[in-house]
Amino acid sequence: MEYILIKTLEAMATFILAFLVGMTYGGVVRKITGRVHNRLGPPWYQNFIDAFKLFSKTRGIHHGAMHFLGAAFLMVTSVVSLMIIPVLAPGGHAWYNSWFTNMNFNGDLIFLLYIMTFGPLGMAMGAGQTGNPNSSIGVTRGLSQMVGFEIPWVMALVALMISYKTTSVIDFMNIQRETGTWLMFANPFAFIAAVLAMLGMFRYSPFDIVGAPTELASGPVSENGGKFLFTMMSSGSVFTFAKLVLYVDLFMGGANNLVMLVVKTFLLYMIPVLYGIVSPRYRTEQAVRWFWGWPTFIGLLAILYAVMF
Amino acid sequence: MYNDKNSKKIVETIQNWARSHSVWVLAYGTGCGAIEIAPTMTSRYDAERLGFRGAATPRQADVMLITGYLTVKTVKRVVRVYEQMQSPKYVVGFGSCTINGGMYYDSYNTINLLDKYLPVDVYINGCMPRPEAVIAGLAKLQQIIREGKANGAEKYLENLDWYKANQRKIAPKWIAKAPDYNW
Repeated sequence: MEYILIKTLEAMATFILAFLVGMTYGGVVRKITGRVHNRLGPPWYQNFIDAFKLFSKTRGIHHGAMHFLGAAFLMVTSVVSLMIIPVLAPGGHAWYNSWFTNMNFNGDLIFLLYIMTFGPLGMAMGAGQTGNPNSSIGVTRGLSQMVGFEIPWVMALVALMISYKTTSVIDFMNIQRETGTWLMFANPFAFIAAVLAMLGMFRYSPFDIVGAPTELASGPVSENGGKFLFTMMSSGSVFTFAKLVLYVDLFMGGANNLVMLVVKTFLLYMIPVLYGIVSPRYRTEQAVRWFWGWPTFIGLLAILYAVMF
Repeated sequence: MYNDKNSKKIVETIQNWARSHSVWVLAYGTGCGAIEIAPTMTSRYDAERLGFRGAATPRQADVMLITGYLTVKTVKRVVRVYEQMQSPKYVVGFGSCTINGGMYYDSYNTINLLDKYLPVDVYINGCMPRPEAVIAGLAKLQQIIREGKANGAEKYLENLDWYKANQRKIAPKWIAKAPDYNW
């Protein structure tokens, strides 16, 4: 009983950390975008104010049961992937290190591959119920794009699995600690393929074809206001953080303390953000063709590299 | 403890503060005033630093900006968009046309006073109002939201018959068989 209580508290600590860091990153990204546009930009805590305002909307209409499931699936996806991914390396020095390795198990990488596509599928159901044509187009585009970037992403992960004959994220972190080499240097092709897939995963320009401002009117979320949007916004922030932590765990050796975690995830996050600020938008077929071009080729190289060496 | 008057007042103060600092604007750009929105939002005047941000759809928006004249045809759409927004919601009348018809005051198919059809919270005068005036008007809106006086949505629901009668006068056929949508 005591064990379960402690585990629950640890999970809550992880969630609060992910929420705070994810929302802050969202605000910082808006600030950086503003500075690149030669504007002052909103304050870094603007996302918290937005979320609180959305939560305190007094009206929120819905379009049926499936509409609720869209937001619920997104929430489940973000929380479950956060619980599976070990946020800090378990053998670190800081006293709070054991808090942040929640429910990881052998084979969690395969489970993560599945659960990370679960949220968009739920969104597809919810968006279909709203009956808004923009939502349906956005969902179609989102699933096409997912087909695009999943291939280099899976290839990168398969290359790692072949090299080290394990499917546990904790094992990858331990291997990097023992050998002293980050996997981004041990198998550079896998890292490059994964980073190129990340550009699509975070949906910044030029791959913002799902939300597509001024074109699709925010796509799948266009019929969601108030508390629905709050749920999606906060789960999106948590999910962003979870994905960044997964990248850091797999390729950058994980983090031993919270400061290193924030530094590493922020540096990694800046790749899609800064590339996105200065890019226009691709069309759907251009995006898919882009992902099936060089990223997939580099993913193939990663697998060959893993098999040969 | 959680439901007594003072606690509710404190919660409402915090909520109103958040509402005033996070205003998502749905620019209904039918008139010429829409040309002033772009400089207001971009690097010269940068309204985003004050918490304003463009909203993509009526469901996500807090403020509807009516930028200029409204013809009988567009009033129908404006009413429909307004009813789709989620309260608390506000309307800002932009330019002279929404106050007295402006240069279209004697036109056969434009409305003269927007307040007869939708509850307007703030008017921004001018033809066209410059971005400074727009930001001043939005700051005024922020102020009345913070004071809790921006209750246009309640006013609309309380006086629904009066508003609907006015709308029916200018678009008799449309209001009678209004499309089926939920607010």
